[in-house]
Amino acid sequence: MEINLTVNEKIRKVDVDKNTPLLWVLRDTLHLVGTKFGCGVGQCGACSVHMDGVITRSCLLPVSIVGDAKITTIEGLSEHNNHPVQLAWREIDVPQCGYCQAGQIMTASALLKQNNSPSKEDIKDAMHGNICRCATYQRIEKAVEKAVELTQTTK
Amino acid sequence: MKKKQLQMDRKTFMKVSLLSGTGVIFGVNFLQSCKSKKETPIDLESLNYNDFNAYIQIANNGMVTIYAPNPEIGQGVKTSMPMIVAEELDVPWKHVRVVQANLDTQKYTRQVAGGSQSIRFSWMLLREAGATARQMLVNAAALEWKVEPADCSTSDGYVIHPNGKKLGYGDLVLKAATLEIPEKVMLKDPKDFKIIGKQARNVDNFKITQGSPLYGMDYFEEGMVYASIIHPPAFGQKLIDFDDSEAKKIDGVSEIIKIGNNIAVIGINTWIAFQGKKAVKATYSEANKKESSTYFDEVMDNILSGEKVKGSKAKKLREDGNITKAFKEADQIIERVYEAPFLAHNTMEPMNFFANVTPDKIELKGPIQTPELTARQVANNLKRNVNEVSLEMCRIGGGFGRRLKGDYAIEAALISDKIKKPVKLVYSREDDMTTGWYRPKVKYKIRAAVKDGKITGYHLTEASVNATINKQRADFFPSGAIDNLLIETHSIKSKVTCFAWRAPICNFLAFAEQSFFDELALELKISPVQMRMDLLENAKKHKDNNMQYSPERMQAVIQKVVADANWGNTPKGVHQGLSVYYSHNSHVAQISEVEIKENQPVVTKVYCAVDCGIVVNPMGAAAQAEGGIIDGIGHAMFSEMIVENGVPKSNNFHQYKLTRLKNAPQVEVSFVESLEAPTGMGEPTLPPAPAAAANAIYAATGKRLRKHPFVKNGLNS
Ligand code: FES
Ligand code: FES
Repeated sequence: MEINLTVNEKIRKVDVDKNTPLLWVLRDTLHLVGTKFGCGVGQCGACSVHMDGVITRSCLLPVSIVGDAKITTIEGLSEHNNHPVQLAWREIDVPQCGYCQAGQIMTASALLKQNNSPSKEDIKDAMHGNICRCATYQRIEKAVEKAVELTQTTK
Repeated sequence: MKKKQLQMDRKTFMKVSLLSGTGVIFGVNFLQSCKSKKETPIDLESLNYNDFNAYIQIANNGMVTIYAPNPEIGQGVKTSMPMIVAEELDVPWKHVRVVQANLDTQKYTRQVAGGSQSIRFSWMLLREAGATARQMLVNAAALEWKVEPADCSTSDGYVIHPNGKKLGYGDLVLKAATLEIPEKVMLKDPKDFKIIGKQARNVDNFKITQGSPLYGMDYFEEGMVYASIIHPPAFGQKLIDFDDSEAKKIDGVSEIIKIGNNIAVIGINTWIAFQGKKAVKATYSEANKKESSTYFDEVMDNILSGEKVKGSKAKKLREDGNITKAFKEADQIIERVYEAPFLAHNTMEPMNFFANVTPDKIELKGPIQTPELTARQVANNLKRNVNEVSLEMCRIGGGFGRRLKGDYAIEAALISDKIKKPVKLVYSREDDMTTGWYRPKVKYKIRAAVKDGKITGYHLTEASVNATINKQRADFFPSGAIDNLLIETHSIKSKVTCFAWRAPICNFLAFAEQSFFDELALELKISPVQMRMDLLENAKKHKDNNMQYSPERMQAVIQKVVADANWGNTPKGVHQGLSVYYSHNSHVAQISEVEIKENQPVVTKVYCAVDCGIVVNPMGAAAQAEGGIIDGIGHAMFSEMIVENGVPKSNNFHQYKLTRLKNAPQVEVSFVESLEAPTGMGEPTLPPAPAAAANAIYAATGKRLRKHPFVKNGLNS
């Protein structure tokens, strides 16, 4: 089935089975491999993308129901890898193996879009769904706080 | 300035070439014994890790590229190993670019990520490599200036003339490349280190935060197909037959083939290959009911109660003094049993590998902790020569021991060989979790003989599935600290594949022993701190050559963590637990703090004091400790893999609980200042963590937890 997708502000035409999860269309068809496969069942958050700005797990989302919604992946989060969350992630040196981190960054940036001054509890709630097997949780929390700070100072 | 002088056969250690037009490259062999006749390549394209295992490239503009030799699984060696080279080379870290070395194969190195040994093994060699290159640049400058090399110095990428003028490395490389490799080089005095010991961030951070393709899972090339694989559901089962008629009807499924005892489904993308897998109907030989966690429990209990169990081997690993006499003369005998389940590794990046097997070469690419061994195994399986294999390493989405085994790389190669196409094999999470290599299920019985308030005897019996304590681990604490001691093990054979899991054996042995010492201290009414300090005093008197730990260094970490955590002086409602362990050549002490929140004990904070010698990268080392501790406590709290009739019962994260952000305590790490050579950080902070938590939970609630996972074994009752 031919489908038009809006990914990172570009229209992309793909020809895939309509049930293919968006994750695999991004990774195998469009070669946007920043979005990661972790579990395929919505449990780990590695595949998180923004759909019209809202955090969405792409491993469970059949590509045919994306419709006109705008998809943003880690590759399109900022033009120069300089979204406050990306800057904070490097400053705090969050990644260990790094595999989960695109999902973490997408989750944190979606939180900041909704709420530019989240409380500690808001941060914990938002990030709790993403597994990091290397257990970088302490730095994830710190980095989100740092990103909040960066967002507020650049305003 | 105190410097260390070295003498070695530099010609076999290092080769130097001019790079066509762009600078100079130093090829380094890490094993001094290798007598490579190879020359370094004159262009970057022909870098070959069969010949040399690390390269330092200095460009005409002074930029330095260091090829990091070891697999990066999140333990930070891609950052810390080049830091060591850069230090002795004496260049600013910000002028260094790090590139993952392409794989190596057979010959000499230890291109392995495992056992927390990367840094320990190559510490001196990396320093010598940097120092040799630096000396050649100094010699080049001295020739130019007509002064003695010994009168010149270096700083931040410049050679400095006795009168203060200077020349950049970039201006000297062409000349340096033509000089003899010096026989003698000076190493820096650790007090003068400018890069080692300073905070450095993960060198791949930029790429990671922008989602660049870095992992095996991300690899793609034109013409490549995707494969999924079906293993038998139960360990020990044989594939009898399969029906692939439904699977073949799926649009995009191209081939379904038998690979040994497994079935591979080939498709145009990963998802199609997964769909095809689900549609295949296979029949297998009957599963063995004895391959079950409950059955293993029974066998273990029988072994620990002293019954003879058929098929289980008893082995004495260490025996000191007279254990029989000690227990006979004891006024009190204290005996406890500690139990652990199987655990899956669950690396965040599921197993995957790329293979392209053609009549003249075998190309491999993917996440592997043992590239050298795996290349050999692939060659053997294909009945080809290992020289035909090239293996490219990539950043690895977690190891934890799972990727020491290259089974999935071999499968990918067999598939490619059969279908004659380049292929990427991808495991689903279910494949990854249910057909892996597990932390052995294990129980320990520990008995102590007490006389006149002193511990006079220690008897540890292990009953474990497939893998047991080895000789070296039997020489860890408390061996040497108690006069009469016996460590014995029983292995139970099983078809459930078991192997190293982060901090093998120690990951649970430390829990058993460090919980036991807490229980003993309470029984004997001594403070847990004093009990360890006294035992270590005793160990100092009984040092023997087998003893693996240093009682002095162990006491020092205890004292440090006691000070850091203000042991015994916590605010009301905060309860502490201590644990101390030596493993992977590092000494670690931890104090966990537990508070009761909503009627539940919660580990809120962990203090951790580490002696790992010189800390190469404090930022990376602290990250390893934070992760290791949260990982250790998380698994002790929540995780287990139950096996029933040979089948692992949890197949994805909804059934296998891993720790998450809200469960994670705050970790505060401190390092003992040291001038000793650095030791590992990837593993040694994990083993002591669960006992510190359990000891603190006991202090808070009076509940003694002896069985993992805590949530199912007493924490909530
Ligand atoms: S891969 Fe989508 S939630 Fe795990
Ligand atoms: S950094 Fe390895 S899984 Fe998160």
